This record gives sequence, C-alpha cells and structure tokens, in this order.
Amino acid sequence: MLAMNYRGPFRVRADYYKPDPEIEHPGDAIVRVTRSCICGSDLHLYHGLVPDTRVGTTFGHEFTGVVVETGASVEKLKVGDQVLVPFNVACGVCPLCKQELYGNCHEANPGATAVGGAFGYSHLAGGYDGGQAEYVRVPYADVGPTIIPGDIHPDDAVLLTDVVPTGYQAAEMGGIRKGDTVVVFGAGPVGIMAAKCAWLFGAGRVIVIDHLEYRLEFVRNYAQCEAYDFRSLGDPVLFLKKTTDYYGADVCIDAVGCEAAGSFLQTFTGRKGMLQGGSATALYWAINSVKKGGIVSVVSVYGPTGNFIPIGNVVNKGITLRANQASVKRLLPKMIEHLRSGYIDPKAIITHRVPLEEVADAYHLFSAKLDNCIKTVLIPPSAGA
Amino acid sequence: MTMEYPDPNYTRIKGWGVDADPKNDPTYPMKKYTGDDHRRLDYRRPPQQVAEVEVLHSNERPGLSAVFGTRQPPSGLSGQLRRFAFRYSENSFAHWLPLLLADRVNVAEGILNDFRNGIIPNIMREKGMGAEWKYNRKKLIKKAVITLAVSLALLSFLRKDRR
Ligand SMILES: NC(=O)c1ccc[n+]([C@@H]2O[C@H](COP(=O)([O-])OP(=O)(O)OC[C@H]3O[C@@H](n4cnc5c(N)ncnc54)[C@H](O)[C@@H]3O)[C@@H](O)[C@H]2O)c1
Ligand SMILES: [Zn+2]
Ligand SMILES: [Zn+2]
Repeated sequence: MLAMNYRGPFRVRADYYKPDPEIEHPGDAIVRVTRSCICGSDLHLYHGLVPDTRVGTTFGHEFTGVVVETGASVEKLKVGDQVLVPFNVACGVCPLCKQELYGNCHEANPGATAVGGAFGYSHLAGGYDGGQAEYVRVPYADVGPTIIPGDIHPDDAVLLTDVVPTGYQAAEMGGIRKGDTVVVFGAGPVGIMAAKCAWLFGAGRVIVIDHLEYRLEFVRNYAQCEAYDFRSLGDPVLFLKKTTDYYGADVCIDAVGCEAAGSFLQTFTGRKGMLQGGSATALYWAINSVKKGGIVSVVSVYGPTGNFIPIGNVVNKGITLRANQASVKRLLPKMIEHLRSGYIDPKAIITHRVPLEEVADAYHLFSAKLDNCIKTVLIPPSAGA
Repeated sequence: MTMEYPDPNYTRIKGWGVDADPKNDPTYPMKKYTGDDHRRLDYRRPPQQVAEVEVLHSNERPGLSAVFGTRQPPSGLSGQLRRFAFRYSENSFAHWLPLLLADRVNVAEGILNDFRNGIIPNIMREKGMGAEWKYNRKKLIKKAVITLAVSLALLSFLRKDRR
C-alpha cells in the first residue's frame, strides 16, 4: 500500500514499500483511510526530536476512514462503517481508561510507562504505524473509533480526532472562571481552538501570542480575540503584565511545545543541542506571565528528558500546573454537541489538501510555515468517494 | 487603579459561558475517580497480543502491554543501541541518550537499506524542496547561491594549497 515513510530528520516520502496491515489482535480493525492530517505533534517527529523514532515509521494520528476488516472480538464496528479514530490508543478497561484518562492507557504502549498509546507516534508511543497511509491497523476497535454521525461533515470529523478536543481540554484544564483573562501561547491549530474554547468557559478576555502574522490574523477573526506578535512586543511577559494591570493573566495556556522560537538560549539547547527535551520558551513565558495563584495549562508536547523552566517561580507564585494528553474519547460527545450548536467550526482551519503522494512537500510546507499553512489534510489515492 | 470588569456583553460570541462551571477549579476532577488506582494493576486485562517480532518494553512495567505496534523491530547497530537503552529506566539518561543516538545511526542504516533495495533516495525530494521551490523560491535560490559560492571558494583554496 502507499504510505508515508520516515527516513530521518526532515526527510519523508510516500512509497509502496509497506505491506497492508493485518489483524494482530482480536480487538483490532483495519481501516481504509479517507483523510489524515498533519499535526504540530508530527513536526516533533519530523525534526528528529522524539527518541525511538525508527526509520520506516509511518506517522499520522488524526484520521478518518472506512472499516474494511474486524477482529474476532470486535462488536461495535462492522465492515463499511465510516469512523473517526481518536489519536489515543486506549484499552477501555485499565484503571486509567476506566477513569476516562484515555490518553494515559496502561495497555497500549510497552515502550514507555509515562506515555500512553498513540497512532503513528514512534516507539515512544507504542510503535504503531499511523494513518498517513492507505490502510491502518486500529487496535481496541471497540473503544476509540466512533461512527461519524450523518450530519457531521467529514472535514469536521477528522479534526475531532485531536485538534478540537485538545484545544478544548487546554481551556478546560485552565479552570477558567467567568471574566478571567486567558493567554494562549501559540496560534497553531491547537492554540486557535483553545482560544475559541476559552470563551465557552466564560473567559472575559482572550489573548493569543505567536510570531506568524498570518496566523495571528486568522485567530483574531476566527476566535474573536486579541492577538499579538511576540517579536514586536519586546518582552512578552512584561507586555502581558502591563496589559493585566500589573497583576498577571488568570490563566495561561501553552499550545506551542518543544519547537518554540523566541529565545536563543532555549532554541540552541533544546532544538539544536538536544540538551533538553526541546525548547521550553512558551512554557517559560506562561509561568512568568500568569498571576500569583494562577493556572498554567499545558497541552503542548515536550521530550522525556526534561526542560529548563522556572520551577522556583511556580512555587513562589503558587501556580497550579495542569497538563495532559487530550482524552479524546471522553470529550467527543460534548464536542459533537458543540459542533451542532455552532459554537465551534473546526473545518475552517483547514488550509491545505494534499494527495498522500506529495507528503514530503506537505511536511516541509507545514514545518516551514509556507503558503500561510495552518492545517493540512492528506488524501490517500484509495480514499474514494 | 480601578478594577476593570470585562464587558458583560458577550452575545457576539456564540456559546459564551455555556461550559462555565464553578466546580472547574484545579481540584475538579477531569478524571472520573473510581478508586481503581488503589487496585494497581489488578484488573482484567485485555487478551495479550502475541509478539511475533522483538518488542522492547520499559523496565518500569512487568511485561508488554496487551497490544503494541510490530513494525520496525530493532535491527542492526541501532537495534543494539536500543536494546542497551532499554536496560535502563525512563528515569535515566542512559535510556534516552542511546535511543537518540540509535535514531541517528538508523538514518544511515536507512540509506544503506535503500541502496540494498535498489532505491536511490531522492533526498531533495524527501526534504520537500518542491514546496520550497514553489513557495519560498527566493530563499532557496539564495541558499543555493551561497552554498555554491562557498564550495567554489573552498575548492579553489584547496587547489592553490596543493600547488
Ligand atoms: N496534548 C495533546 O493531546 C496534543 C494534541 C495535539 C497537539 N499537541 C501539541 O500542541 C502543540 C501545538 O500543536 P499545533 O498543531 O497547533 O502546532 P503548530 O506547530 O502548528 O503551532 C505552534 C505555533 O506556536 C508558535 N510559536 C512558536 N514559538 C512560540 C512562542 N515562543 N510563543 C508563542 N507562540 C510560539 C508557532 O509560530 C506556531 O504557530 C504541539 O506541541 C503539539 O505537539 C498536543
Ligand atoms: Zn495531532
Ligand atoms: Zn487502558
């Protein structure tokens, strides 16, 4: 089958090297992919920042498709069902899953106990091949995959697999109270969605920080919020202090993660030197610009080796840090409801649709932020109608 | 300084406040607490997938998870490094640094493998230079010109040196 194939940092291609996936466990299903997005998380893999990313891996954890085969014990899905597949691989029966922490399943990833299972996210997340391919093996098919309701647009469906619940959870973990000033670092798909969702919790003011003018422009309109270019702010923390009457924001959300720009020292040690698990600039700023007793919500991804962050300030300011991988399955029903109510409009963030064959260009375009790219959807040749 | 309470008119924002929840403070559980944590790993596990290839597992867990990916099992020199790494816990740099090293070694193995399979990797294409040419041409040309100039200068310098 045609599949994305990772060859090393900044090098990917689509080729026919891989055999079609097979049922390997009675709970598996095989899904023919109809849409598959490239995510900011894929960039960490693409840039070689994630340990145990093996050459030959197929990425892709945000996908929809059609069920073409089911394992012996699968009951909820049948061949022909159109499904959206949450990015978490989750068993549904371990104590974590039972308590709805589907992003932290204990039965989905042998390689790292600190990390749940995820599709196409290296051996750090279970060694599963992902959905940037014609076909994909979906374990625990009765747990994660959700039949796409007839009234949900396929482009919205694919964004429900990650971006929407992740952005929502970022706001949710912020513990926002009515009237709160919420600062979102990062105007990528996740930050954009977090800004949008902050209003649903009653935020009084939403401020987004990034340095890509086209994304700031987009989020200003899409999420009806303020948006600033940190390059023009001088010291973004000082700016945020001033604009909150020298008090600090009530809630800060880090939606940037280990690729953060804005600090030479962080970039040098985190992204080039690999002396820390990526560059922690945005988290650094978030901790320093939140109010005393404030909440910092982290959904962005960092490496397992640790990062330089001002933990002393977390203590002195009495900050609550909240973080997790999104628990997609937990949030799906509510997200579908919000979509129907028109509170969120996910598909509006899709800027590029690219045939899977051109995956290398698609990655470079998203990574280098060319052509005003926000969200890219890959379409396999076998996607059909 | 007067407390500037935000403009209460949020009608322009569809759904404003629908999920405001006084219980949503930092202690409000996003987790549906069941008490199962105290039973640790004593639960009915899903059936175990049979490992037909080598699957490395963290030594912070007793064995494999019930399911796992089977593609790209460890092989070659990078595989040796990965096996070595997995002797150490996730708490140890001796786990992560060999893995990162293994990833780099694996890149070279990947190129060798390509040749072995009769594939000449088109690295420019793999790097997405098509998109660069289309959307960032100026920078690409600038880079190419600089690279060319530097290599020419170096070449002529080396030649002179030899003479
Ligand atoms: N927890 C989860 O479940 C989950 C799910 C999806 C994505 N993620 C993570 O969320 C993060 C964002 O994902 P995305 O798809 O939006 O990625 P993205 O790369 O498209 O967006 C990141 C944005 O941050 C901006 N940025 C860089 N440095 C900054 C700084 N110092 N301050 C403010 N902005 C800065 C970039 O210009 C970019 O627009 C990634 O780390 C990704 O891995 C987490
Ligand atoms: Zn994602
Ligand atoms: Zn589980």
